[in-house]
Amino acid sequence: MNAVHEFVPPAVNVEEKLFQNRYRVDAGRPHIKVNNPALCLTCALKPCTVCCPAGCWRAEEGGGIDLVVDGCLECGTCRLVCDAGNVDWNYPRGGFGVLFKFG
Amino acid sequence: MEKFDVIVVGAGAAGNAASYTLAKAGLSVLQIERGESPGTKNVQGAILYADALEKIIPDFRASAPLERHVAEQRMWLMDEDQACTGMTYRDARFSQEPYNRYTIIRARFDRWFSDQVRAAGALVVCETTVTELLRDATGKVTGVRTEREHGDIYADCVVLADGANALLGSRAGLRPEIKTADMALAVKEVLFLPKETIDARFNLNGNQGVVIEIAGNITHGMVGTGFLYTNKDSISVGIGCMLSDMKRQTLTPYQLLEGLKRHPTVRPLLDGAEMKEYSAHLIPEGGYKTLPKLYGDGWLIVGDSAGFVNAVHREGSNLAMTTGRMAAESLIALRAAGKPFVAAQLADYKRRLDDSFVMEDLKKYEDVPDFLSAQSHFLNVYPRFLGNAAKEFLTVDGVSKRAKQQKIMAELRSKRSLLGLLGDAYRFWRAFR
Ligand SMILES: Cc1cc2nc3c(=O)[nH]c(=O)nc-3n(C[C@H](O)[C@H](O)[C@H](O)COP(=O)(O)OP(=O)(O)OC[C@H]3O[C@@H](n4cnc5c(N)ncnc54)[C@H](O)[C@@H]3O)c2cc1C
Ligand code: SF4
Ligand code: SF4
Repeated sequence: MNAVHEFVPPAVNVEEKLFQNRYRVDAGRPHIKVNNPALCLTCALKPCTVCCPAGCWRAEEGGGIDLVVDGCLECGTCRLVCDAGNVDWNYPRGGFGVLFKFG
Repeated sequence: MEKFDVIVVGAGAAGNAASYTLAKAGLSVLQIERGESPGTKNVQGAILYADALEKIIPDFRASAPLERHVAEQRMWLMDEDQACTGMTYRDARFSQEPYNRYTIIRARFDRWFSDQVRAAGALVVCETTVTELLRDATGKVTGVRTEREHGDIYADCVVLADGANALLGSRAGLRPEIKTADMALAVKEVLFLPKETIDARFNLNGNQGVVIEIAGNITHGMVGTGFLYTNKDSISVGIGCMLSDMKRQTLTPYQLLEGLKRHPTVRPLLDGAEMKEYSAHLIPEGGYKTLPKLYGDGWLIVGDSAGFVNAVHREGSNLAMTTGRMAAESLIALRAAGKPFVAAQLADYKRRLDDSFVMEDLKKYEDVPDFLSAQSHFLNVYPRFLGNAAKEFLTVDGVSKRAKQQKIMAELRSKRSLLGLLGDAYRFWRAFR
């Protein structure tokens, strides 16, 4: 009925989006950590890198993970999608982290 | 040692409803919130259902920060990037005072709600994260530990209103850990435009607003939905999908959202708007079958942290407010009767819920989550088909209508066998009846 049409995933710069948000970063005290970085090397799909809405989890060349939580939206997704239970997840200390203006 | 009648963890919809109701009745209430102020951690579409709030604060309309009252509701079935088929419901009877639902901006609304909680007499402490529950030798919850120095605080009952991640209850073993199949991740942007522009683009007058619920291939085969709501001088656009689906594919949440914003049906509505915030939040969508135990010695659980969400009707905040209010009413009744806050007595909370619309509605749709995950072609095959069918039927090109109908039916049959179609109709009816 219709010519086959391919959806092209849009290229999105998530940092630009996060730039609009307000944060109070708890410098030097990240609220999320990887329990065992070696385990990530064996994780093929790395769902944390796909599902994190803030792009905090990046796959490194060589199969490792680079985690920078400054832009974290505190959703909790990375904790749940890691089947290996490799994410040490806590809320930031009171008052720190993202400060939604609208929410 | 400081001790309260009740400690409420969280100042979202559920925690505020509970704290307000308890404090109004004269119980001593400590409410603890991790955000700088209430609302700074919370995300919602957001539609406020008046009824749930009215039962707590009858004259809320006089002071609450409401954006627009919902005058029109649209349902759109969208493919990835071309077509949209839809339905519009506007009804003068629906659009009469006192209005039944409003769009709100959660950060503003939560701050207002919290002001009412303080005025009612509760002690509200912000910028404080509760790290664990305190228990005595019998397992009874006796209070909470916060990250502050000398941060242990005691109470006769702790109300868990800490939201979707439900960390406190899970870590204390009071409820099972959440599964990705029962949780959706939603991302959202708030985009600003002058009020007159929004009025003109959406055909609105005064404080009228439009809410648009979106389903179809826009979620790329995942179980999920999108939304577009009008605020006074901004538009909220978002999309959410089940985590169990999301973790199996390669599109990021922000690509999904961008796809929705760029869809030719949506794009002109947002033209020239200034994006001022990007947010994300989980929604517990497992429904009735995933509700945990709701009470125990010294504790009750309310709102998202228990999974009180009706995903079919996009209701969450109203269930949070209602469960928060009912938890409070149970505690008030027990205190008045001189009864202790132990499991056998707190069962009263569950009985109140069972007798209310909360459990009735959740039970009604208990099969929907399973249905949607097993029958995802409802969200994938049919929306695309409708778009194609409409295109075929509305294109005037010298082909007879009869031939067009045959072509449309052939396309449908190529996607689903006749038996499949009948089965779909039956399963659809079973899940939603
Ligand atoms: C994108 C989106 C759209 C939605 N749209 C709608 C809609 O249109 N209508 C509707 O009715 N519902 C909607 N919902 C659902 C609705 O937002 C929730 O059901 C509702 O917010 C639940 O209220 P709650 O009080 O249980 O949790 P929350 O509102 O999340 O509140 C939990 C509070 O607890 C605090 N907290 C958590 N842990 C701790 C801790 N350890 N110590 C101290 N404080 C803590 C948090 O900071 C937060 O303030 C939507 C949800 C999302 C994500
Ligand atoms: S999903 Fe878990 S194990 Fe896999 S890369 Fe991410 S953190 Fe590591
Ligand atoms: S909590 Fe959410 S935003 Fe933060 S790192 Fe995890 S997935 Fe990303």
